[in-house]
Amino acid sequence: MKVPRHWRETPRRYRMEAGKCKKCGSIHFPARLVCTECGTKEFETVRLSGKGELASYTVIRVAPTGFSDLAPYAIGIVKLDEGIRVMGQVADCDPETLKIGDRVTTQFRRINEEGKTGMIMYGYKFVPDLGL
Amino acid sequence: MVGIVGYGTHIPRYRIKVEEIAKVWGADAPSYKKGLNLNEKSVPAPDEDCATLAVNAARNAVRRAGIDPQDIGAVYVGSESHPYAVKPTGTIVSEALGACPYVHTADLEFACKAGTEGLFIALSLVKAGEVTYALAIGADTSQGAPGDALEYSAAAGAAAFITGSNNLLAELVDTHCYMTDTPDFWRREHAYYPEHGGRFTGEPAYEKHVHGATNAILKKTKMKPEDLDYVIFHQPNGKFPVNAAKKLGFKEPQYRHGLLAPTLGNTYSGSSPMGLAATLDEAKPGDLIMLVSYGSGSGSDAFIFRATERLQQVRDIVPRVRKQLDEHKIYVEYGTYAKFRRKILKPE
Repeated sequence: MKVPRHWRETPRRYRMEAGKCKKCGSIHFPARLVCTECGTKEFETVRLSGKGELASYTVIRVAPTGFSDLAPYAIGIVKLDEGIRVMGQVADCDPETLKIGDRVTTQFRRINEEGKTGMIMYGYKFVPDLGL
Repeated sequence: MVGIVGYGTHIPRYRIKVEEIAKVWGADAPSYKKGLNLNEKSVPAPDEDCATLAVNAARNAVRRAGIDPQDIGAVYVGSESHPYAVKPTGTIVSEALGACPYVHTADLEFACKAGTEGLFIALSLVKAGEVTYALAIGADTSQGAPGDALEYSAAAGAAAFITGSNNLLAELVDTHCYMTDTPDFWRREHAYYPEHGGRFTGEPAYEKHVHGATNAILKKTKMKPEDLDYVIFHQPNGKFPVNAAKKLGFKEPQYRHGLLAPTLGNTYSGSSPMGLAATLDEAKPGDLIMLVSYGSGSGSDAFIFRATERLQQVRDIVPRVRKQLDEHKIYVEYGTYAKFRRKILKPE
């Protein structure tokens, strides 16, 4: 049953909410209980810009259950403008034309669904930043 | 004074041309292009639906409005393609924007008029002093039955408007509605594709209601067609709104900015709201803009807005409609379109 897990992760999936350490300022996504840089347990919630550049990617040609209709598709590691790295699908592109260093932004998309009658899971995906 | 404080749109990047659909069904593309004034339509990506289009449009509206989403007191999503039969789209949108939990939310449905229904309610709630800001969205990923005339036009897109009473980019001058029970188009519970009354959708349906609402609001505001700088009519295709404009006494410069259907198709609940957004992209302070929607079943909502100085300051904070419509398009063949739109039967 994915419902409780998806619901718990809504703040980061829907709004890219991260934890910013109140002492050293480092940003953790997903948010952590303890800062890995300074050990502090106090954070403020910040929303990430979702904009950054493609640091690395791979092309999925044999997709797991629930994603086969999207293949081939790219999964990228994006260095956000805030300085942290986030993984996600890169949609709306021909994966063969992607290049490391490409500017990307995020959009709200369907991530997966539990069959035709189950819950639909939404979240962020990266897309080429074309100013649209 | 109430009006619009922010607007935003989202149009998928994928397109299919009329020729590509006509080729599959042995239809005559030139007669569709000429008869319906349609060249191509938008196609949602396989991971886009009414909720995703609504969120992406609403985020642009929030940026133009320059407000804290927590100050939005009401969210209305109008669509005929809500992703769930039971479970609101509005909660998904509200949560994604960060407007929860102190927000009133409802999903609306009235064929192609559901977007302006939300706008009517959003303006009225602000006027009544119930909320500081209200968000109204028209969003659809409409389906036309394969081979049906609607398949050439049923498109995807969303337009969102935040209403308020200060920092307006367009003031509301007046509204008027025109409604009757007219069965020109419907989709029954559990039916995948809609059905329609063919030519009956024209004169007794679209034309009667669009004309009725237009004439009523002009009479109410004591205006004549030439008093308005821009007009937007619902666009089930590129032909109906042009015919309506001409018959009602409007000229091409008044309707051309809001006429998007020839290259966008019919985005249903997003259709006339998208035309309003494209017009706000161009209007000057003081310009009068009339919006008249149409939803089968049937009814029309009419609005007159007056653009303010603030419009020019905020319109380029996010991309204009024409940029989303004309740039970086990805054309697909019918097979890909059928796969994206889940028209192909697959084993469970």
